[in-house]
Amino acid sequence: MQHNIVCFRTRHLDQPWSLENYRSVGGYKQLERILNDKIPPEHILERIKQSALRGRGGAGFPTGLKWSFLSRGKPIQKYLICNSDEGEPGTCKDHDILMLNPHQLIEGMIIAAYVLGTTVGYHYLRGEFWHAFQRCEQAIKEAYQEGYLGKNILGSGVDFDLYNTLGAGAYICGEETALIESIEGKRGWPRFKPPFPANYGLYGLPTTINNTETLASVPVILQHGAKWFAHLGGKENGGSKIFSISGHVNQPGNYEIPLGTPFSELLNIAGGVWKNARIKAVIPGGSSMPVLPGEVMKRTRLDYDSLSKAGSMLGTGAIIVMDEHTCMVNALACITEFYYEESCGQCTPCREGSGWVTRLIKRIEAGQGKPGDLDCLEQIAKGIEGRTICAFGEAIAWPVRSFLKHFRAEFEYHIEHGCCQVAARVR
Amino acid sequence: MSSEEQIIQLTPEICQAIDQWVLKYPPEQKRSAVLAGLRIIQRAYGWLSDERMRALAEYLDLPPMDVYEVASFYSMYERKPIGRYKLAVCMNISCHLCGSDNIIKHLESRLGICMGETTSDGLFTLRRAECLAACTDAPILQVDDRDYYKRVTPEIIDQVLEQLHQAGRKKGRDDAT
Ligand SMILES: Cc1cc2nc3c(=O)[nH]c(=O)nc-3n(C[C@H](O)[C@H](O)[C@H](O)COP(=O)(O)O)c2cc1C
Ligand code: FES
Repeated sequence: MQHNIVCFRTRHLDQPWSLENYRSVGGYKQLERILNDKIPPEHILERIKQSALRGRGGAGFPTGLKWSFLSRGKPIQKYLICNSDEGEPGTCKDHDILMLNPHQLIEGMIIAAYVLGTTVGYHYLRGEFWHAFQRCEQAIKEAYQEGYLGKNILGSGVDFDLYNTLGAGAYICGEETALIESIEGKRGWPRFKPPFPANYGLYGLPTTINNTETLASVPVILQHGAKWFAHLGGKENGGSKIFSISGHVNQPGNYEIPLGTPFSELLNIAGGVWKNARIKAVIPGGSSMPVLPGEVMKRTRLDYDSLSKAGSMLGTGAIIVMDEHTCMVNALACITEFYYEESCGQCTPCREGSGWVTRLIKRIEAGQGKPGDLDCLEQIAKGIEGRTICAFGEAIAWPVRSFLKHFRAEFEYHIEHGCCQVAARVR
Repeated sequence: MSSEEQIIQLTPEICQAIDQWVLKYPPEQKRSAVLAGLRIIQRAYGWLSDERMRALAEYLDLPPMDVYEVASFYSMYERKPIGRYKLAVCMNISCHLCGSDNIIKHLESRLGICMGETTSDGLFTLRRAECLAACTDAPILQVDDRDYYKRVTPEIIDQVLEQLHQAGRKKGRDDAT
């Protein structure tokens, strides 16, 4: 299996982030080729479509299709935004791209801007990424010096200015319209859609937003070809993907491997479950995605379609592994507390519901649960799902519903016996 | 503004740093620099007083409310004085599975404070952090919203506290960027 051949292709080098090292793997060659040969934007768009690249920010939306929504010809300012707000618990891939290969993201953004006909781009990093921000500032400075950014790039007549911006601590700003509000200097309150950012985005102007990993994949797709990329993964699931595997494994880490790799293989690469324990459960796409029993995951491949068939989603590719000694009531309380803390407060079902479920689960965990609590939980979750402006509502509802679906007996034991089944078994 | 109210102006260094950010946005979109302005001021003084927030609003030609609402929305802004060092421990699922509870207990007992409090010498404030995007190196401690300490153990925590203790006694606040 081929590792680290897309976003992490400089990883094996000393100082993988340097311009020199990026060039040594073919960096900025695609941009030069496109501009020198005056390759029409439509051709590149076609390649991206053929590559079956899907958004790596969580929703898996086909990138080529998204790019085709922005009307290139319209003679008004348009924007490109890169989303490095990375904050979904379990997810830590974008930070590594920024630290290890910032120039590839920049090249990807310039090419995307060329295809989209945008002359200004913003790269939004979460406020806690101060060191990554410094690295990206340095990389942008170098790109300007080399003539890859600014006016009349490499003498081609194409302009593109790129700026790094910083958030200030708010998970919700990863949601694309909240992120736009945040760049505008406001609270990160998601907007109603439609209108979609492609029509009404930053400062009310047409905007395309993509995730860091999505944009950083672009130069490699053009270097090796759309077919090559598509064939790395399966049908409609092109490419390789960075999986952040965390929790109860021996060697947690970010592994860039082809989409469609069986989960069991990734688990092996990550050294297996720690302390020789058995696997109990896995959340395969960041903590907002439905949990699956370990046994189900062992039979599942890691791609968009296989995971959705198995009852969950690929999400951000963050794989959280829990061993047999994990109390699922405790784990769920931890997850919903995050969403309670981070709800932006705009929609009532999310703002209130996230607190209700968190308090109910904690009560059950503390041995004070009552019969009927589980039905109540289920109902609150259903009441949130689909009733909020953005998908944050689902991010609370899905964990609750999936934990109850697969591990209901553990919750019932807590209510009935006033204590934890897992702890009782250990005794 | 009543005459008793103190009129505070931002220092030239702070204004300069903010100007760098204003340049990133279209000329009519100065408001975009609010987040950066607040961060720069907080970096210089440790927290955000109402007076300084008003001064920022004035500098960017905005109603003060536009600045206050941002300051109260984002978790990295401090609207009350805090300790010299902010210690934030991630408590989300990957860190939780790898023992972040023990790290917090250890910090609480070493510092003699509870989550959210500041030590009586004014050196440390202990905070809960939300996922810091370093989950494969759990558990994570972040100091002053910038520096990551990965796979922390009680021993590592003791070393960090010792270092910060010594540095904190010598050094003032750093640059306003
Ligand atoms: C609550 C919430 C948080 C999100 N956080 C992120 C994030 O941190 N990074 C990201 O790229 N996308 C995030 N997204 C998805 C974005 O809204 C958007 O779909 C994505 O940036 C599009 O890029 P892609 O098509 O390349 O995946 C989030 C969505 C929601 C609803
Ligand atoms: S869960 Fe702690 S850093 Fe992500």
